[in-house]
Amino acid sequence: MNWPHKDLLDVSQLSLEDVDVVMRTAASFREINTRPVKKVPTLKGKSIVLFFAEPSTRTKTSFDIAGKRLSADTFSLAKTGSSLQKGETLKDTVLTLQAMNPDAIVIRHNASGAAAFVARRVSCAVINAGDGWHAHPTQALLDLRTLLDIWETVEGKTVLILGDVAHSRVARSNCRLLSMLGAHVRLCAPRTLLPWDAEALGATVFHEVEPALEGVDAVMCLRLQLERQEAGLLPDLREYANRYCLTSERLRYAAPDVKVLHPGPINRGVEIASDLADAGNSLILDQVASGVAVRMALLFLHITRKDKGASL
Amino acid sequence: MTSPALAVTNVRVPGRDGVFDLLVADGRVLELVAHDAAARYPEARTLAGRGWLLLPGLTDAHTHLREPGQEWKEDIASGLAAAAAGGFTNIMCMANTSPVNDNAAVTRLMLRRAEASWPAGPRLFPVGALTVGLAGRVLAPMGELRQAGCVAFSNDGEPVADTEIFRRALEYAADLAPVIDHCEDPFMAKGSGANEGTASARLGLRGQPDVAEAIQVARDVLLADYLRVPVHLAHVSCRRSVELIAAAKKRGAPVTAETCPHYLLMTDAALFGYETMAKVNPPLRTDDDRAALLEALRAGVIDIVATDHAPHADHEKETPFENAKNGISGLETALAGLWELVRRGKLTPEDVVERMAWRPAAIFGLPVNRFAPGDPADFILFDPDEAWVVSPENLRSKGKNTPLLGQSLTGRVMLTAVAGVIVHTLDPSA
Repeated sequence: MNWPHKDLLDVSQLSLEDVDVVMRTAASFREINTRPVKKVPTLKGKSIVLFFAEPSTRTKTSFDIAGKRLSADTFSLAKTGSSLQKGETLKDTVLTLQAMNPDAIVIRHNASGAAAFVARRVSCAVINAGDGWHAHPTQALLDLRTLLDIWETVEGKTVLILGDVAHSRVARSNCRLLSMLGAHVRLCAPRTLLPWDAEALGATVFHEVEPALEGVDAVMCLRLQLERQEAGLLPDLREYANRYCLTSERLRYAAPDVKVLHPGPINRGVEIASDLADAGNSLILDQVASGVAVRMALLFLHITRKDKGASL
Repeated sequence: MTSPALAVTNVRVPGRDGVFDLLVADGRVLELVAHDAAARYPEARTLAGRGWLLLPGLTDAHTHLREPGQEWKEDIASGLAAAAAGGFTNIMCMANTSPVNDNAAVTRLMLRRAEASWPAGPRLFPVGALTVGLAGRVLAPMGELRQAGCVAFSNDGEPVADTEIFRRALEYAADLAPVIDHCEDPFMAKGSGANEGTASARLGLRGQPDVAEAIQVARDVLLADYLRVPVHLAHVSCRRSVELIAAAKKRGAPVTAETCPHYLLMTDAALFGYETMAKVNPPLRTDDDRAALLEALRAGVIDIVATDHAPHADHEKETPFENAKNGISGLETALAGLWELVRRGKLTPEDVVERMAWRPAAIFGLPVNRFAPGDPADFILFDPDEAWVVSPENLRSKGKNTPLLGQSLTGRVMLTAVAGVIVHTLDPSA
């Protein structure tokens, strides 16, 4: 296995072949997660730092489980209770981590570009677990893995990303990855929640939800951060839900076997109706399962890229 | 005629045919004469000009020298050294120090520091605060500030949001000194350092739209027109502002404007890779804005080029983009930057002299050398063909924060003199 990348900063760095490798590797790891003993020795003796400078439960847990199932040692560094809270700069934190010589650093940070900042300063692999509004490549890859479990390919499919695109790294990475693979991507949000020149992301832009849903094969709902209201970007949650909440009624505009995804954590009744989140066409829990497999694959590919004879 | 103490020989002068010698006595220009006429004064000290360009000393209407209060970024001594190396003989320093330069004691401290660190160095002209503490509420004691030595007033960095207060400040200042305004709507994406556009969308950075600047430019030019009092617009960065300024000038409003070398030479494409050295406020804009600014400078809609020299320590730039400080260390690369535009045929050498020396000195009433007898002997020798690489080691400023680091520039200040005294030279024989 010759993985060409030291770091995973965003999906835009990946070739179609790279994406295929990640998908196939993840599929092969998924079987491990269904065994009674969910552990293989693949990354035994390797250490992974989980550096989460922004609150996260599911992504961090997902990486933690992924590392442990491959027998790596995982270490957590959170913002609270760490020297980051004592005013240490990111540069100093990174140099300190580097001195401990880990095999990979998984980073979540509120500043766009933070993962690239870290990657430039350490010799080990850096995996971006979300940087500001910029990118969340592992989420996009796990969403793709989830869709490919249902469909043979995403090429020619139409996927709607619905919600707060402006502040969403999930939207940016998914938009890039899906367009790269030949899917038609639509974005739908009020103008206040769209980035400048949203079309430049390679998508068709809608401001009303019904026309946006017309004939789509999948809908990805985005989490609405509650502070957007305080920033004056929308009137209130009720108004937002009235106009943009994904409901069964609205979903009738979509293709008959439409799939529904959400990166979580969900605000029931705000961006997605409660019954829809639990409905048969919801892939939300499949996404969580894919997440562990995809992250196992990414940790494996990045950590063993230079090891001789590394194998599954 | 007084006999010259100094003869600068064998120099070329923009806008004049031939080779010249400059004769200097008592810190003043005696005469600009045809080359070799200086040989008539064997007692004068000779400075070989080597066929370089003789330019008047430059005036920078916009620097941040950080003293008092932020001496780890820059202090007055290092700022003056950077000015001398960049060819500036007059520099104006902004009031956003700590404490703020909103009272005569701070102004006098700045001037004393300059005098103590380098009595014969480039001249320092403080800009006083427009409002107390730059808070935008109470007018600063502008009469006292002017008496202490301030040559202009500005809330630079903290633009006055309250239009009523700003109007009254303009009126009050009108009989004292020009007001310089940093035009930025303080509520619209204040100081994010990234132009709102394709680059910010792709990088996931909060965008600062050009209209946040232009809206304030519109307010200012309307006030200047209505009140018939002068206003100088700092670091104009976009086409929308240029169009408003052009219209106001056409109506005869007493408006002057500056831009900076980085807005003439760079665009927001420089941000890819989250390059914090290119983070500046206002942010680098698009290629269309760059072209509009250049055209406006040629046409005189933009009056002057200032550096907005904003030195920062390494650790203040070595951070993720959104945490990095805004600003570019600009004193030492400004002239070479503008000369790049001369080489491309976009500006003439005379344009550079007008926009970086004569016009800024005229707007703010500072000493100026037009090479007429009696003018202060503030001059530089500039080698337009000398290539040099911008590196931390060859910058005198404490602030090494420039996106030009590692790049090669062509055109270098070989010597700077203030009132006939050499304050900077790269020529060991001088």
